[in-house]
Amino acid sequence: MKLNRKWLHEEFVDLSNISDKEYVEKLTIFGQKVETYERMDAEIKNIVVGKVISIVRHENSDHMWVCQIDVGESEPVQIVTGAQNVHEGDLVPAALHNSWLPGGVHITKGKLRGEKSNGMLCSYLELGLTQNDLPGVFEDGIWILNDEDCKPGDDINLVIGNDDTVVDFEITNNRPDCYSIIGLARESAAAFGMTMKHHEPQIKGSNAGSLYDYLDVDVPAENLCNRYSSRMVANVKIGPSPKWLRQRLRANGVRPINNIVDITNYVMLEYGQPMHAFDYRYVGSGKIVVREAEEGETLTTLDGTVRNLKPGMLVIADEAKPIGLAGIMGGENSEILDDTTTVVFESANFNGTSIRQTALALGMRTESSGKFEKNLDPMMTVPAVQRACELVELLECGDVLDGMIDIINYVPAPKTVKLEVEKINTLLGTNISREDMVKYLNLLEISVNGDEIQVPSWRPDLNLMADIAEEIGRSFGYNEIPTTAFKTSTQGGYSQEMLMEAAAGRLCRALGYSEIITYSFVSPAIFDQIRIPADSSLRDAIRIQNPLGEDTSIMRTTALPSMLDILSRNNAYHNKAAKLYELAKIYLPVDGAVLPEEPKILVLGTYGASETFFTLKGELEAIFTGLRLPKASYVADSTNLTYHPGRCAKVSIGEIEVGCIGQIHPLVAKNYGIDNEIYCAEINFNKLFDLRKPEPTYVPLPKYPSVTRDLAVVCDEEITVAQAEAVIEKAAGKLLRSIRLFDIYRGIGVPEGKKSLAFSLELRADDRTLTDTDSETVVSKVLTALQEQLGAILR
Amino acid sequence: MKEQLEQIKQQAMAALNNAATPADLEELRVRYLGKKGEVTAVLKLMGKLSAEERPIMGQLANSVRAEIEQKLEDRKTQIHASVLEAKLAEEVLDVTIPGVEVVMGHQHPMNQVLDQVKEIFVGLGYQVVDGPEVELASYNFTRLNIEEGHPSRDRSDTFYFNDDDSILLRTQTSPMQIRYMENHKPPLCMLAPGRVFRKDEADATHSPMFHQIEGLVVDEHITMGDLKGALVAIMKKIYGEDSVMRFRPHHFPFTEPSCEMDMQCHKCHGTGEVDGQTCSTCHGEGWIELLGAGMVHPDVLRNCGIDPEKYSGFAFGMGLERMAMGRLRINDLRLIFDNDVRFLNQF
Repeated sequence: MKLNRKWLHEEFVDLSNISDKEYVEKLTIFGQKVETYERMDAEIKNIVVGKVISIVRHENSDHMWVCQIDVGESEPVQIVTGAQNVHEGDLVPAALHNSWLPGGVHITKGKLRGEKSNGMLCSYLELGLTQNDLPGVFEDGIWILNDEDCKPGDDINLVIGNDDTVVDFEITNNRPDCYSIIGLARESAAAFGMTMKHHEPQIKGSNAGSLYDYLDVDVPAENLCNRYSSRMVANVKIGPSPKWLRQRLRANGVRPINNIVDITNYVMLEYGQPMHAFDYRYVGSGKIVVREAEEGETLTTLDGTVRNLKPGMLVIADEAKPIGLAGIMGGENSEILDDTTTVVFESANFNGTSIRQTALALGMRTESSGKFEKNLDPMMTVPAVQRACELVELLECGDVLDGMIDIINYVPAPKTVKLEVEKINTLLGTNISREDMVKYLNLLEISVNGDEIQVPSWRPDLNLMADIAEEIGRSFGYNEIPTTAFKTSTQGGYSQEMLMEAAAGRLCRALGYSEIITYSFVSPAIFDQIRIPADSSLRDAIRIQNPLGEDTSIMRTTALPSMLDILSRNNAYHNKAAKLYELAKIYLPVDGAVLPEEPKILVLGTYGASETFFTLKGELEAIFTGLRLPKASYVADSTNLTYHPGRCAKVSIGEIEVGCIGQIHPLVAKNYGIDNEIYCAEINFNKLFDLRKPEPTYVPLPKYPSVTRDLAVVCDEEITVAQAEAVIEKAAGKLLRSIRLFDIYRGIGVPEGKKSLAFSLELRADDRTLTDTDSETVVSKVLTALQEQLGAILR
Repeated sequence: MKEQLEQIKQQAMAALNNAATPADLEELRVRYLGKKGEVTAVLKLMGKLSAEERPIMGQLANSVRAEIEQKLEDRKTQIHASVLEAKLAEEVLDVTIPGVEVVMGHQHPMNQVLDQVKEIFVGLGYQVVDGPEVELASYNFTRLNIEEGHPSRDRSDTFYFNDDDSILLRTQTSPMQIRYMENHKPPLCMLAPGRVFRKDEADATHSPMFHQIEGLVVDEHITMGDLKGALVAIMKKIYGEDSVMRFRPHHFPFTEPSCEMDMQCHKCHGTGEVDGQTCSTCHGEGWIELLGAGMVHPDVLRNCGIDPEKYSGFAFGMGLERMAMGRLRINDLRLIFDNDVRFLNQF
């Protein structure tokens, strides 16, 4: 909401001795946050009123003129102009040497076809004005200022009315009253501890007749229209508004149109009450009906757009057709024209939610709808329409008819709130006297009767002690409230799950993986991209009904595609390698539950020259160890279509399957635009939590040395390392402390279709040093078992 | 014989001085002191001497032997030292050759900042909690005093999953206030960071998904002064003890009185200008908005079965992205979700 300070000073409360900076800070601290403020003369510099002393034809040009301009200095200034509407004696805007025009245009002295020109004469367009700001002024030429109240040497900003500051406030939703100059004046006065002037509209009246002879209003949509107030003006003379009114509109960003329309806009700014003016000629049968639109009805609004209306949308209609979209925009069919003679002023209070939803549905948020959607004060309609009529008389542009139509469907009952001094001080942590509290409330024009606070109609936000405490608190000053330390002592901390997540993150990073954060919503296309079978329950993702787009329309049931997306992006950025992890939530619908489950998945994803299945597997094992998890088992899985059929394993801890690991299927990789091998692991983090081993206790270090025995066996290709290890473990018995595979060999010396596996066995007893016989016995048992069970022969 | 011993000694000393390697020394040791060595040979002749001469000569021979042995030891030490020196000289490295690369993982910058914030709060007695992101409208809106028809409930602002708009993606972390109060009785101190979602197209300053950090304190006699004291202390820990803070009135449906907290711009010190230009950090405002806060609305307490006549509290919420971007000078929100390793590796 904009406010120009001059209007405030001239009409309501004179704060002209307060600097812009001080004003803006004070109001911000008081609760009306200023978003920006700007001097209106900031862009125009060193442009003054000049008087044309002489004007002669340029010697070398058939269209340029050489002017001597009196700019209030002892010597005149020579300026060359190409304009043809300048005459001796005219007052004109003269941009002097080193002057600035709007848009950062810099004017300096120079020569035009050999003649010195120490500046430039300006048109009003060059000064940032429009035809609307200066009705009747010749557009194509220099702006002649003969009718303006000015003299040579005056700053042109004063003529334009730029000696002003426009302050733009961020108004909070609970303060619809502040969407008006009067509301902001009230806050401004209170902030500085001053009293504002109020003006009660006075209407002289005319002998042009009574409104009741012309107009009838019916409001069938009583739920959507709280109040409808209307007055009429006859013998209207449409013309431009006076300069003071146009300047106030312009300062607040409203384009002047004509006196009647300008009046409605002026009142909207001043009171915050949107108004509309209808040309009575087009109100069929002289009857206004405020009703819901009918199916299939259309209305061409003032902006020339045809609007398709639906039931639920509130329209202003005559007996036959809609003539306005209530609270949003008038209809083209009842617009004020140059030959309008009789005007109906509408000052109504519409249901804010309905207006907002209609504006939204039609995609046409206007100044008016923006105000209505905040739920305005229904007590404002009458003062506003009175003010409009008063302005008609002041501008002498019509005769106000006697009488007013005022249909009231809903006006909130006056409220009172108890002034609870002690409770307020307890809540704020202050010691403000009752007297000061009353003073603060009175400054905000809230009256107090004994213990009863009379809540004004424009303050729907005041209902409870806490609401009053806020008014007292901000008047006292939030920054003046003493800061204190509360005594509550609670035990802070993290849940065990959070601590485990943090540990997992640290482990991943220690292993070279960097963390990513990706969106929770994804495209339904991901299922095809990662080749999820058509009947997979993963495809039953919950769907956002109103997504930003298809590619963010479902809540992910798998976190892998987000990882592949990021790997793909990094690949596209020519990053040669990437090791990434995410602890990502997925969203799984649960039968019979309203909300989905949101388990966390640890996803590891990597590509690059040194990455293999086994580097990733080793890293995953290290993470498990770091998280104090039992050793996981890996079972080949050729059925997971997302992964390489020969390079994928299900990962289990004990009996619980916790996830999978593998190389991404080349077809999937291709879907993500990657030719390289990608390795990923997906681990359901929620399942890990219950699998953790208890905190370890100390086991005495071995007293006796261990013996290492290496053995290499040749076996069929089909035999897995896990199978061989299982046989060794069983055969070796309790002296075996560890098995380590240290080589796999194929080639010379090993027959085709076979491989050599080399293991290193660590043997140890707790009660003695092992003898050679001890270890020989173990090795021979192992070799026998390997041969009998797997056909593996010592190499 | 005496002369002979003196001569051996002279020769041995000279030879030892000339020895250059441990092998030279060993050779000399054998030559003079070994079983067939020269000194040993002289000692073997002792038997032929008279009884009077024998002890004198024996003493002399032993002293010569001892001197040679001592010299041998000295030379051994010297030669070992020079051999080592030569070896070390050979082993000189170009220490400017880079170390063997160890790839370090990086925590996402947002979570780095979040972890710091969490640590500060935990130290002050706050319990960190987590909650659902797919949420009920009753928690996200209704029980927070955000009534039906409120603009923030519009489908243009909030993502919904069903026709009656009762299930949504939470638009704020504030529903965690309700969830926590439902299950915990005062005194309580809670911090709930997490993802939130709003229907904004992604650009330099907007994202349909971002993060908030919610805080809640409820006990008997909690005042607005306590809110100020707690938040000033915490924000100074985050932004530095010399930070200047201020509070402004604001409006949130679920707190009353409500406020926003600003920090004076570090760059322009509140003037809004740097070298005559509008300050780029605070865009000329002189202040940077940190968070929204307020005293928990009595209706909200009542909605959770907490008696507002007995208990009061304060709540606050801040945007993690804004905090992280400010701290780390990240100028485009999209970088955060782009996860380019060149970006991640910077932190």
